[in-house]
Amino acid sequence: MLLSPYATLLDRVRVFALLAFCGVVLAFLVLPIFVPVPLSVNAEAFFTFPLAGFSWRWYDEVLNSTQWREAIWHSLVIAIGATLLSTTLGTLAAVGLNSPRLPARRAILAILMAPLVVPVVITAVGAYLFYARLGLASTFTGIILAHAGVGSPFVVVTVSASLTHFDDALFRAALICGARPLTAFRRVMLPLILPGVLSGAAFAFVGSFDELVISMFLASAQQRTLPMQMYVGLREHLSPAITAAATLMMSLSIVLLIVADRLRSRR
Amino acid sequence: MNDAQGKGAGGDALARFVGVDKSYDGQTLAVRGLTLDVAKGEFLTLLGPSGSGKTTTLNMLAGFERPTRGTILLAGRPVDRLPPYQRNIGMVFQNYALFPHMTVADNVAFPLSVRGVAKGEIAQRVKRALATVQLEAFAGRRPTQLSGGQQQRIALARALVFEPSLVLMDEPLGALDKKLREQMQIEIKLLHERLGLTVVYVTHDQSEALTMSDRVAIFHDGEVEQLGQPDELYDRPRTPFVAGFIGENNLMVGTVASLAGGLARVMLAGGIEVMATPAGALAPGAQTVIAVRPEAIHIAASAGGENTMPAIVRSRIYLGDHQRLLTEISNRLVIRVKVPAATHAAQDAPILLSWPAADCLAFPSAGLADVTLNEEWTRS
Ligand SMILES: Nc1ncnc2c1ncn2[C@@H]1O[C@H](COP(=O)(O)OP(=O)(O)OP(=O)(O)O)[C@@H](O)[C@H]1O
Ligand SMILES: [Mg+2]
Repeated sequence: MLLSPYATLLDRVRVFALLAFCGVVLAFLVLPIFVPVPLSVNAEAFFTFPLAGFSWRWYDEVLNSTQWREAIWHSLVIAIGATLLSTTLGTLAAVGLNSPRLPARRAILAILMAPLVVPVVITAVGAYLFYARLGLASTFTGIILAHAGVGSPFVVVTVSASLTHFDDALFRAALICGARPLTAFRRVMLPLILPGVLSGAAFAFVGSFDELVISMFLASAQQRTLPMQMYVGLREHLSPAITAAATLMMSLSIVLLIVADRLRSRR
Repeated sequence: MNDAQGKGAGGDALARFVGVDKSYDGQTLAVRGLTLDVAKGEFLTLLGPSGSGKTTTLNMLAGFERPTRGTILLAGRPVDRLPPYQRNIGMVFQNYALFPHMTVADNVAFPLSVRGVAKGEIAQRVKRALATVQLEAFAGRRPTQLSGGQQQRIALARALVFEPSLVLMDEPLGALDKKLREQMQIEIKLLHERLGLTVVYVTHDQSEALTMSDRVAIFHDGEVEQLGQPDELYDRPRTPFVAGFIGENNLMVGTVASLAGGLARVMLAGGIEVMATPAGALAPGAQTVIAVRPEAIHIAASAGGENTMPAIVRSRIYLGDHQRLLTEISNRLVIRVKVPAATHAAQDAPILLSWPAADCLAFPSAGLADVTLNEEWTRS
């Protein structure tokens, strides 16, 4: 495909070099992600290849020890809370930003998108100092709020993309049919932008479920999340249970992102 | 037809614009000084070129846009603060605006269900509305599974199902092909008569406006240039723009030489003298635009009659029931003439054109913007 029928030797070399380069980039990007997978079913407590034998023992440890189970539970609660919050707020923001009458749209959008460009550490430190004053540090509420702040931009982006395909005449049609704006939103606009809302929600969920830095600043032992548990485990006692947890997390993320992608392409 | 004028002027105006201005950007006015009554039961069409403010006017009536100045009254009540969903107006949009995620029946049921009508009654009324537009069989389909004409009829059913006091249509037939459009024009007109609807209709197709309307408002540059019944607009246009926009007209610039006996003597370029009926205040020496329709011109047998002048046939188009001639008069202007099909007129043959002064209007030529004057013949 890349080669024309009249390719010279030089063309062939160039195309080969390009393909090789792409292959190397992909390998460096993707392979590290899959390294924990074989290790997680290793029968021995070593982080080395070749594997000693097949075993579910690390999955057993992750799913049955109180520490891991609590961490998973905390992460789920936080991720679900943050997802609900950021999906609601992000959708509303995107709908508002879609209105041509809104003044200073670009400025507002820039502020909403800020969490994507500001280093997470800064966000985390800021959230910690701010929430500590409000008594929200070391609470689930605080972590959920901070995660929602980071997750909302994803929702704004995906919902805005959906809205570009939404015909404003439909909303007007609903209004003139007698629907109040909220009814028009719920019965006409929301069903049509739902793919964008759900895929934004998937991103927000994955973002919160994987999040480590903000959680480290805001959470105490009572709110220890799954990524924190893995990190702590990595530092204190190197156990292959981490690889099992990582594999589980990764599977969930991949499933959610595939769902999000499907939703977006279906529109 | 006669009562349409009575309706328009009467006190039972259903909707009323009083001195309405609308500006989107705070500088240019999209609608200017609009004062207009919509009488109960009438079919009023807003007709005008693109960008003349028709949609803006309709959207203000629907409540989607607020007037910058002036007031709109519905049933005698000012509606400046009344949102669209409380106006009880039905609307048909150009691209139908059917809800794609709902079935046809749910689309038509929507105005009733948001009004909290009971389920059983909704089903009945939806059925009746679909029967009105002859699409009962399609209740379970999605709008995307329908043809353009069918979608348009569903949009009509949705706009009528809650028995609104007023129905607005913004170029509802714009997306249909010619044949379907003509069929839908008849259907809409029949519905209007049968259900006694009050309709405000927007189009930029003048033949559509003339065939469907009780009254037509000609929009030009944000203003209503003339408001009247179709025949009135056709026979007695008040400005060169209306004369050129409604039907076809030969429009030529001249100077008023004198006024006598209710007629104006007008000098055209090249020293051609024409007698015309003044359609406005004219003064000797003032510039004027004269308008004469192609069908008002005939071929004369001998010189000396009223407005009789020599011309040369430059081109001839045979149209079955009549033929159109492009003729060149002595000042080289092209005059379009509509003559019976049997008339013999050979290419480049000299003929005599003639038209009665009563059918030739002379306008004060205040505004010539958007007026297409007759051009000189160019040899190709
Ligand atoms: N939302 C808007 N914002 C700014 N200007 C607008 C807006 N809508 C219309 N205009 C301007 O107002 C003027 C009137 O527009 P309008 O849509 O009412 O014209 P129209 O008669 O409906 O034309 P068309 O036949 O093309 O639909 C135009 O100059 C247009 O550019
Ligand atoms: Mg328009």
